[in-house]
Amino acid sequence: MMRLPLFQFRAPRTIEEATRILAGEGPSAMPLAGGTDLLPNMKRRQQVPKTLLSLRHIEELTRVRMNAASRLGACLTLADIACDRRFRNGLTALTQAAAQVATPHIRNMATLGGNLCLDTRCNYYDQNYEWRKSINFCLKKDGDTCWVAPGSPKCMAVSSTDTAPALMALGARVRLVSAAGEREIPLADLYQPDGFHYLTRRPDELLTEVLVGNRYGWRSTYWKLRRRGSFDFPVLSVAAAASISVSGIVEEARIVIGSTASRPLLAADAAKFLIGRALDQDTIAACAALAAKIAKPLDNTDFDMSWRKKVTAEFVAYALRELRGDNVTAERASLTRLTPSSDSPFSIL
Amino acid sequence: MPEEKNPPSSSKGQTSEADDLRVIGKSRRRVDARAKVTGQTRYADDIVLPRMLHCKLLRSPHPHARIRKIDFSRALAHPGVHLVLTGKDVPIAYGILPVSQDEQALCVDHVRHVGDPVAAVIAREELTAFEALDLIDVDYEILTTISNPEQALATPSPRIHDYGEEGNIHKRVSLAFGDVEQSFTEADHVFEDTFFYQGNTHLPIEQHASVAIKDPDGKLTIWSSTQTPHYLHRALAKVLRMPPAHIRVIATPNGGGFGGKSDPFNHEIVVAKAALLLDRPVKICLTREEVFYCHRGRHPVLMKFKTGVKKDGTITAMNLQTLIDGGAYGSYGVASTFYTGALQTVTYHVPRYHFQGCRTFTNKPPCGPKRGHGTVQPRFGQEVQLDKIAEKLSIDPADLRLKIAESSNTVTANFFRLSTVNLSECIRRVVKSSEWGNKFRKLPEGRGVGLACSAYLTGAGLPIYWNKMPHSGVQLKLDRGGGVTIFCGATEIGQGSDDVLAGIVAEVLGLDTLDIRLFTGDTDLGPVDLGSYSSRVTIMAGNAALQAAERARTILADAVSERLGVPKERLKFANKRVFDSAAPETGMTFPEAVVLAESRFGTIGTVGCYTPPKSPALYKGGGVGPSPTYSYSAAVVEVEVNPATGWITIPRIWIAHDIGRALNPALVRGQIEGSVYMGLGEALMEEQEFRRLPKRLSHALVHKFPSMLEYKSPTSLDMPQVFTELVEEPDPRGPFGAKEVGQGPLLPIMPAVANAVYDAVGVRIDEVPITPEKILKALAEKRAGRAPRYGPDRFPAVHWPEPLRVPPPWEGGDGNAINDVSPRQKSPSEREREAATRLHTRSEVLSSS
Repeated sequence: MMRLPLFQFRAPRTIEEATRILAGEGPSAMPLAGGTDLLPNMKRRQQVPKTLLSLRHIEELTRVRMNAASRLGACLTLADIACDRRFRNGLTALTQAAAQVATPHIRNMATLGGNLCLDTRCNYYDQNYEWRKSINFCLKKDGDTCWVAPGSPKCMAVSSTDTAPALMALGARVRLVSAAGEREIPLADLYQPDGFHYLTRRPDELLTEVLVGNRYGWRSTYWKLRRRGSFDFPVLSVAAAASISVSGIVEEARIVIGSTASRPLLAADAAKFLIGRALDQDTIAACAALAAKIAKPLDNTDFDMSWRKKVTAEFVAYALRELRGDNVTAERASLTRLTPSSDSPFSIL
Repeated sequence: MPEEKNPPSSSKGQTSEADDLRVIGKSRRRVDARAKVTGQTRYADDIVLPRMLHCKLLRSPHPHARIRKIDFSRALAHPGVHLVLTGKDVPIAYGILPVSQDEQALCVDHVRHVGDPVAAVIAREELTAFEALDLIDVDYEILTTISNPEQALATPSPRIHDYGEEGNIHKRVSLAFGDVEQSFTEADHVFEDTFFYQGNTHLPIEQHASVAIKDPDGKLTIWSSTQTPHYLHRALAKVLRMPPAHIRVIATPNGGGFGGKSDPFNHEIVVAKAALLLDRPVKICLTREEVFYCHRGRHPVLMKFKTGVKKDGTITAMNLQTLIDGGAYGSYGVASTFYTGALQTVTYHVPRYHFQGCRTFTNKPPCGPKRGHGTVQPRFGQEVQLDKIAEKLSIDPADLRLKIAESSNTVTANFFRLSTVNLSECIRRVVKSSEWGNKFRKLPEGRGVGLACSAYLTGAGLPIYWNKMPHSGVQLKLDRGGGVTIFCGATEIGQGSDDVLAGIVAEVLGLDTLDIRLFTGDTDLGPVDLGSYSSRVTIMAGNAALQAAERARTILADAVSERLGVPKERLKFANKRVFDSAAPETGMTFPEAVVLAESRFGTIGTVGCYTPPKSPALYKGGGVGPSPTYSYSAAVVEVEVNPATGWITIPRIWIAHDIGRALNPALVRGQIEGSVYMGLGEALMEEQEFRRLPKRLSHALVHKFPSMLEYKSPTSLDMPQVFTELVEEPDPRGPFGAKEVGQGPLLPIMPAVANAVYDAVGVRIDEVPITPEKILKALAEKRAGRAPRYGPDRFPAVHWPEPLRVPPPWEGGDGNAINDVSPRQKSPSEREREAATRLHTRSEVLSSS
């Protein structure tokens, strides 16, 4: 079997202690939250940190504060989020996204912060050491060619987080804390268009909290494309959130396309198009076409890339129809392979 | 869903017996269930021994290259490393088939696929061994890579192997049973269709693992997750040059096999060699990626069916051509090649049949036997073509199949003898339970149903190496405490073979299965059983166990009859007692009966064995396909297809299986549902896909995603509702009438999905996997007014040999070829190879008479 490389293990009890260690160790230290992605990556030698900094014992990181606005600790598990009914109304898209990550076992370990910082993925990179050696490695790790786009100066690995598109649609912000101080930035600004340097988080910073403003009157939803009903990372995702007037007119909206580039993409034109319109068939079709334009999937994930592109508009339409209040149970069930039940985050809007 | 009942009819008075059965036919807890559910089953990787070392293999990063030089001095000097082995240490070639002794445990001078092992490091820790792999310097000379069969046909050199037909063609066959060309001219319609079946892999949850030790007396013991301990035993004796009597192979319970653990593997030989050299236990547990490199999975097959039919659907003749991507080694490939043409005639009546098959070598992990071995691919083609034929002739596909289904006690055009055939009953059952008549061509757009059938052998009629010994043996020991112990070489790979043996013995001796002790899969402890492949264990080890148990019963009955003064025929063995069936209170407990018999006759032990009946297929190549009896299945699949995205959902599947008799119905249903699951994976998503890097860069040919995450196989959430029915007519050749169930029910699933997709949206997907993007492409073709289809449109030119002409039975044939001047004649290359591998001299594959 594959063995982990050797590493030092630190288990601080406070954010302050953690950031002090990060500052001291430099980029060779990595925070370890649920470990569901980092540890397998280490076995494949994609990351070989000298020090792992467990966040498990920092109580503050699992705190939830919900008033009109919400503050979610970065170490809440995805199961905490998917199962907690408190989130289902204001943060529907988030609970739907969390419920669709990987498997129940992984959701019991994996954290919100971990999913937001999830390493970008690529079929040329998510392979073990020997496989990568046989292609002479790649731009993201140990090599100098991006195999999916050999002319590209930039790594084209794909953002594969489920929760980020959902939280971006909800207009979330994140708090980053370091020994030197702290900052709060829009979640969208955590990401940058480079599969290698995909986060703007500095190595000495810890993502401690996710903040979502008052979303009263908003509806949100998350749709995910993956081959199977479980396990798989998204290879296309659509998150949408809107505030819709009683007469059915869209007042504000955000649409995010995930898993087609190195970061989640805000479909700004498509969202803007909705403002002042009712979500009728024509509006949905036109908006979906606009949103799908920005999706430019490459051949480095599951499914044929041109097919992923082709069905993007369809997925945007599912999301908008759900926001409009349509019953999309059948479409949802055929994609998630889940039997509709009252306990599922997909049954409440 | 109707409950299956014991069928009304039967041969040999088995019906009256059936009413009386107490163990057989009852769903009961399998004998190894407790260990499995409590996590106590000891798999090979669970074995940890004092002073044990760990082994890792350095594998080729190149798809095709010569090894110029290996320098492992740095690795050997690495702290914690005990030994480094290279090909020179284990140079003797081996392979599962006597005609394909083309593997070396570590490549000596030629690597043939990415992942081919070139060196082994044995170290104190697995991590140390892994790190030391990077310290081995190998100098390679890169050779031209052959990536698919068309390239193999067009590129005779460099040769991947220096044997085979010519160039990179491993095996070419042509068998003609009657004049098909004449029959095509007499047909009302002739259909020609080309299909492609993508390769896929077994994906057992347990990765292969082995632990070897040098016993205190100097002998070798190896524990390994293997389906075929006997064949591994032979390979080890050959490569290590040791007397077989000094080698003990213990097959640990396999965490799934499906054919992927039926070859002797390089890692098994390497740890054995290392343990002998170091006199310390050596273990290896493969990574998932390495399991993909062991492979031996489903061959990718391009096939062309030409079928002549009368207006009423009767088949007049069939010509089947298969082009097979074999990968880098022979493995079972010669047998696989014949299997692609073997069972067409066993399912439906084909009066004249011409089969042409060609297997090529390519620079990819070797293909081999996966559940349904070689018959799955042409079954897909044949069943989809029948759907097209039915539509053209305006016959319901179920009615068409009922018309042409084979019947019991016949001999096929290619001389396979059929025993019981209940295909028609299977069709009738699924037609009824699925309400086929209300659904076929009647569901709204986007929803559809499809039907397909299959046949499969219940055990290969011939062993892998030529010999006249039994295929399976059982020893039974009865002790004076009433204990019964079964010794048998049969290998438990999760299919329930231990439970089958216990069930049969318990039934005959009137015991409970949980009272019986089993020692199986151990070459030292039990008589040979050839292995868990070809659905052979129930019929062969089962019949051997039956014979041994009946002999034991006779001994006990003699003693009890004498003591009680009751005629032997009146004695009954049941409820752990032996008693007078006319006066049940007259009798004794089973332990008392054993004590009585042991006092009278001495220590009690019996043996049983089984050899399949001789096959009438006497022609060269007739060794692949004969079986004591065949199982039959029929399935109806319901699909929903979203025409905007091509997304496929399968809500329900109905399947009926001709099992002969279900020895433990719970296990039979488990096998059927497992087959449905595996079939859906092959139908919808599984692909052993390779990626060719750009030529100007590295041009490497790598497995696209050798991982369980990215090689997509369905999850439990993706499973539909499955409605299973068992069709039971005891087969006179099976123990208590049982036939196979391990493989057959897989076969109808893939074509039934394709046929259902056509019913739903009117497009033909003539290849697997059937994916949403292929459906969308076919729908686009349909909208553009072109053929509504996705699939291959040509079959490349193959230089076929002159066919062996074997007149079918109804044209006066006797099972021999009329133009085979010397049935024993072999090509010079085959002669050379056989001379080089004197240990195994003759092959049933080439000379089967």
